[in-house]
This record gives sequence, C-alpha cells and structure tokens, in this order.
Amino acid sequence: MSALLEINNVTKRFGGLCAISKCDIRVEAGRTHGIIGPNGAGKTTLFNLITGIYKPTEGDIRFCGESIAGLRPGRIACKGIGRTFQSIRLLKSQTVLENVRIAFDSQLHYSPVEAMLRLPRLGRDENISIDASLELLRPFGLADQVHDLAGDLPYGSQRKLEIARALALKPDLLLLDEPAAGMNTGETADLTEFLRWVKEHFQVTLVLIEHHMHLVMNLCDRITVLDFGQTIAEGTPEEIRSTPRVIEAYLGGTEEE
Amino acid sequence: MFFYLAQQTINAIQLGSIYALIALGYSMVYGVLVMINFAHGDLFMLGAFACLLLAVLLPVHLPFVVILLLVMVVIGLLGALIERVAYRPLRDAPRVSAIITALGCGLVIENTTLSLSPYPQFMPKLFDSTTLTYASLTITTLQILIIGVALGLMVGLDFLIRKTGFGMAMRAISFDSRTVPLMGIPVNRMISLTFFVGAGLGGAAGMLYGLAYPQISATMGVLIGWKAFIAAVIGGIGSIRGAVLGGFILGGVEVMSVAYLPSTYRDLISYSLLLAILIFKPYGLLGQPPNQKV
Amino acid sequence: MSRFLDSVARCRWALPALIAAGFAFALACETFPILNDYSKIVLITVGINIILCVSLNLVNGYMGEFSVGHAGFMALGAYASALMTTKWLPACLFELPLAVVFGGTVAAVIGFLLALLSFKTRGDYLAIITLAFLMIVKSAIENISYVGGPRGMTPPVLTNLPWTFFWVVLTLWIIRNLVYSKFGRAITAIREDEIAANAMGVRTREAKILAFVISSFFGGVAGALYAQVNFFIDPKSFDIVKSTEILVMVYLGGIASLGGSIIGAVIFTILLQVLQPLGTWRMVILPLILVLLMLFRPRGIMGMRELPWFLPVRELFKGPKR
Repeated sequence: MSALLEINNVTKRFGGLCAISKCDIRVEAGRTHGIIGPNGAGKTTLFNLITGIYKPTEGDIRFCGESIAGLRPGRIACKGIGRTFQSIRLLKSQTVLENVRIAFDSQLHYSPVEAMLRLPRLGRDENISIDASLELLRPFGLADQVHDLAGDLPYGSQRKLEIARALALKPDLLLLDEPAAGMNTGETADLTEFLRWVKEHFQVTLVLIEHHMHLVMNLCDRITVLDFGQTIAEGTPEEIRSTPRVIEAYLGGTEEE
Repeated sequence: MFFYLAQQTINAIQLGSIYALIALGYSMVYGVLVMINFAHGDLFMLGAFACLLLAVLLPVHLPFVVILLLVMVVIGLLGALIERVAYRPLRDAPRVSAIITALGCGLVIENTTLSLSPYPQFMPKLFDSTTLTYASLTITTLQILIIGVALGLMVGLDFLIRKTGFGMAMRAISFDSRTVPLMGIPVNRMISLTFFVGAGLGGAAGMLYGLAYPQISATMGVLIGWKAFIAAVIGGIGSIRGAVLGGFILGGVEVMSVAYLPSTYRDLISYSLLLAILIFKPYGLLGQPPNQKV
Repeated sequence: MSRFLDSVARCRWALPALIAAGFAFALACETFPILNDYSKIVLITVGINIILCVSLNLVNGYMGEFSVGHAGFMALGAYASALMTTKWLPACLFELPLAVVFGGTVAAVIGFLLALLSFKTRGDYLAIITLAFLMIVKSAIENISYVGGPRGMTPPVLTNLPWTFFWVVLTLWIIRNLVYSKFGRAITAIREDEIAANAMGVRTREAKILAFVISSFFGGVAGALYAQVNFFIDPKSFDIVKSTEILVMVYLGGIASLGGSIIGAVIFTILLQVLQPLGTWRMVILPLILVLLMLFRPRGIMGMRELPWFLPVRELFKGPKR
C-alpha cells in the first residue's frame, strides 16, 4: 500500500544553493508527521515543493500514488492538499467569511456566463458556499466574527482562521507551517488539543513544521529531522529524542580537540 | 551610403544620450523607492523652459556652464520639493496612491506651463555653433557639446554612485529600505538627495534637448518623458547601467527608423521593440526580478 | 437622517425603480425637447465615462493591477465600430447595438492577449506592458490609411441618451454580478495575495483572463459609443492623456467600488464642463484636487466600499466595517 504522501529522493537547488538534498519522506494516511530542524534547514522549502510553488530539481513527489511534482499550486490544492503559511497569509482586507469562501470556491461549478447573467445556479451555489463556510467556522469559535475583517482579528484567531480556510478545501492532507509560532506554553497546549480534534473531526492527515518541542513530541506519530537540507533522522518521537545527531544539530556538539 | 549611416549614428548618439539622462532619473528613483515618478518627464520639460527663461529674461549674458548649473540646481530642488510634499506622506500608503499622485503632479506642472505658454517657444542659441566637416560627415560643435555634457554627467553620476558615501547609501536603500536607518543612514535625506540628482539630470537633459531641437513646448514632457521611461524599462528599471543602455538603444532605434523608413513608423517600431523585449525579458535587459520569500 | 438613508439603501426595489425612471427620462428626452443638445452630450459623456471607469476598475481596482492602456481598448472599440457603421454595414437595422457589440468584441480579443501576457509579469512591469500596448495601438492606427490614419474618421451620429443609458446599466449589472461571484472573489484574492489564493485552489489564470476580457470588452463598448456621438475620431483622442483621464476618474471615485466609479466619472465629467471657462487651467485644478485627495484619502472617495444597492441580499445584513 503506497503512502498518502511520498517524497522520493527530492533535491532542490536555487542556482548554486542546495536547499534540499536527496530527501525521502513517507507519510501514511491518518498519521501526524512532524518536520523539525534548525532555521534554514529547508522545512518551508519542502512545503513549497509539495504544494507546487517550487518544482523539484531532482526526484519525485507522489500524492495518493500520483506524481504531483511540477503541477501548479492551484491544481495540487484541488487534489486535496491544504496548507497554512509561516507568516500568516490571510486576505487582510476581506472578511473572515470571505476568506473561507475563497477556499470553498473550487467546489462550485457555475460558469462565468451563469455568474454574469445571474442565472439560478449562481444563487444556489452561492448559498451552499455561504452555508458551508458558516458551518465550518462554527467549531473554530469564529461564528460571531464572520463579518469582521481578517486583518482585525487577534493573532490566535488569525491562525485558526488560516487552518479553517485550508480545511474548506476538504483536503486529505493538511500541511501546517509553524502553527504555534508566537504562542506561549498555555496557548501551545490548547493548540495541541485543538489539532488533535481537527484531525479526528475532519479526517485529515497532518504534517507539521514546528519548533515547539512539546507540541511535536505530544502530537506526532513520526518525525523527520532536517538540517542543511538533508534528512538527518527519522522515527518516532522517542527515537528522535535520543538521537545524538539531532541533539547536535540543535544544540551544537561538544568540542573535542 | 556609409556616410548617411555614420551621420545618423551621430544623431542617434545625441538623442540617445539625452534619453539616457532622463532615464537615469527614473531608474534612480525606482531604485530607492520602487516608485515610478511620473512627474519626471515634466521636470525634463521645465529644464528646457528654465533655460529659455534664464537666457531670455536675464539682462546679463551668462555662459553656458553657468546656465546649465543653474538649471540643474533649480530643477533638482523642485524635484526634491515634490518628493517632500507629495510622495513622502504616502510612503506607507498603497503604492498606487503614490503613482497617481505622481501623475497628478506631472499634470499640474504640464498644464500650468501650457496655460502660461500655449504655443511652442523657440530656444535661443546660447553660443555660436560652428560646423565641422570630415569627409562628408558634418558635426556641429553644438552636437559635440551636447553629447559631451551628457556623457560627462553620466560619468559623474557613475562616480557618485560607486565611489561616494551617498552612492553607497543609495544602493543600500534600494536593497532594503527598512534596516538601513538602523545603520545610522538618514534615509529621508538620502532619498531627497536622490530626487535632487535625478531631477537635476532630467533638467539638464531638457536644456540639452532644447538646444538640439530648438522648438520646445509644454507637452514635451509627456511625449519625451514617456519615451525615456520606456528606455529605462528596456534597460531594466532600477538599474543605472540599464538606464544608459536603454537610452542609447531607444535613441538608436528611433533615429534609424526615421532615417530608413517612413517617419510615421517610428513610434510603432519603438513600442513594438519594447513589448518584444518585455515578453522575453520581463524585467528589462539588465533588470532583476523582485525576490519574494514564501 | 442617516437612518432614513439607511432604510432607503436597504430597500430592494429602489434601484430598479431608479433605473426605470432614468430610462423613461432618457426616452422622453428623445421625443420632447426637455434638454438641449449640449446637455444631452454631457449626459452621454457621463455615461461613457461611467462605463470606462467601471471597466477599468475591474482590473485596476478589484484585481489590483495598474493598467494604463485602457484608452487603447477604447480606440479599438471606436475604430472597429466606426468601420462597421461607415464602411461595412452602413445604415442597417440595429446599427448601433451591432456596432457596439462588435467594437467590444474586437477589444476583448486583444484584451485576451494582454491577459496571457499578464501570467508572466505583474505589478509595475505589467503596467509598462499596458503602456506599450496603448502606444502600439495608437501608432498602428496612425499608419493604416484604410481607417484614415492620423486624419481620423467620421462615423455617423448614432449614440443617443436611451442607448447610452442602456449600456451603462448593462455594464454595471454584468460587472456587479461578476464581482459578487466566485470569479470576483478570485480577482480580489489575486490583488491581496496571489500565492495564498493559489494555495486555496483559486484558478488565478482563469480569473485574470476573465478580468481582462470583460474589462476590455466594456472599454471597447465605451469607445464604440464615443465614436458614434462625436462624429469624428482620430488616434489622438485615444492617447496617454485619455488613459490618464480614465485613471484619474477611477482613483478619484475609489478603487474596487462600483458606486465609486460612478461618482468618480460624474464628478470628473461635470467638473470638467463646469470649469470650462478656465481653459487649460482646468487640468491644473483637477489633478491638484486628485493629489490632495490621495494625500488624505489614498483609496479614493469610496475606496473598497460599496453602495448597498449593489450588494447581493445575503451580504447586506451586518455588512463589514471598512
């Protein structure tokens, strides 16, 4: 049985800089997979490769057994991969509701002509879109703020909105880029529970990039560690915790002269 | 046949160097503020009119160099003033607002001049130009002067940018305008200085243009200014070397197309060339795509 | 007072009633001498400017680009329709609407090409491409003697108030429908953050094509109406100055706002007429007003806000605070 997501021997070079080097990762459906590593290790680049913002220089990426390397981001998103961004990329001048509806739009099928002439299918689809988006926002606690501008929300709510938006795509795979960035211990603990709930409720496979070790260790089934674009370890949280190379990458090795 | 080509080449160099001077102003400003200063063409036009006023209204007959310096300083100050009053308050506003403001400023300048001088004016000769002949080639001392001054200014600018503190500050700002103040560089002052120099060059170009093609009109800025803008873009807007390259390319293309084809094709060829270059090199010949971190 | 205005705004039959009244008035002006010719031309010009403004706003306002080439689409529509009314199909039934649709279509085809170019570049560089396009159209027309070259053409006078009114209403209706659909959301998302939009499955290429094609179609429509009212068109009418005027109207009235475009077009056209005695000083005062407006209200009078009449019903309640 092939994994949900396979990254096979992927290398990405930007001119002379090798950002990712011979990376191999398998993510099984229904799991939570963590990607950790020092800053600049290539974690976000990996997400960008999966979602089609970059094309791999070498290697292949397969989703549900199908190769997606080199496809455009819009198509990859429609195949069932949703993501959030390290620096929140909400549409700040649009409302909360509008932000979610945008992600839902790929499931509406009326044509431009039907839109411009306001034929019946437009009205039906638009109502479906609004109802589904409101329904989605309810468990996120954003139902009262649907008409607020996304840019006006507090930081934590913005992060939640980004996740909600990605889930509107009804994805099988959800990529979260540092969802706990800027949160304190208490907020991170809440987020851990929240992500567990998201996984159950929406039946998604999670892959997350994180620096908060508590979150990663508590939530993830498997962890891949990157450093300088290379996989330096992969395994369960217990295994990773005790791998010397990982400790060295984060904390530096002892100097033996 | 050869001599016709050589003659046209001289004309091309003259026109090209004037375009290059104007294009430099666009590129300098774009480099530090990532903004297209649409008022720049009209400052060019004012340079010509300033020279006219100085030559005609003053009772004293001033030498060429003095008039040139005066024109450059006056137009330079005007350019810096516009930046201070109209662009600086919009530094944090949506970029489009600054562009529209620039358009508005340009329109104000152009139409004020048009209202004061509805008909084209004639630029008087500032000195007696002699014609030199070599084989069948003729070149006037005026042409030599224009080309010489233009090239001299370009060399001077290159020196300014590569060898002085101001130049270094300017380049630093064009890389990252937000961390530069943390290094003790007075960003606002540097930007004002950039506008001063850019506008000064444009004003000088106006004066030289008026001497080369003595009929000047208030709508000159729109016609020539946009052309020079295209030259800056061909070379890669934001790139100083690109501005010079683009200026000469455009000057060459224009002169040659008028020389060898019906003159109505001139603009069509110039703009088609621009479009063709942009399709293959979207950021101009020497331009760099803006880096975007995802 | 504002409560009264508010309830007027929420009254869903106010707009259709206004439209019917406007149309009746336009028809009446054709039959009875209510307005003199000059006033009629001014009103028609207002209408043409509204169409220009709204169509450009789609690309510049909603999609956040900076197209300076709109006069080029106007020129294409004007000349295409003029060819039809003077040379190809003079004096046939439904002459004007046919010519207008033809003009719009020609412009839309070129708009499609421009949309393809927009896939590779954005921002300032796309602005420059639109500038090049405008200049090429103008120079090309000057060099084609079949359309009169620099001396221009003299199409028949066919545009009248009722037809102008009809096209204004049609333009507003179609573009408003587009804006409040998934395509409009896509167009706005491109302006805000194209990368995020792509990551959410938005079909950005389709949206760009739609925006450019619709925008250029109605630019061509405006050009066609313009050609058949002035009984003279020449390439100089469609140069950078014209494009600048349209830009001024759009940014004056407000980006990404249909109501704003109407306001911008009306204010600009009326002011231009009212200030006529000032001659060229008009174009000193108007840009000055614009500059002041940009300094204090960078997004325009109604930037990113909308008249409640244009909003679909479900969006009307608890409208966002902008």
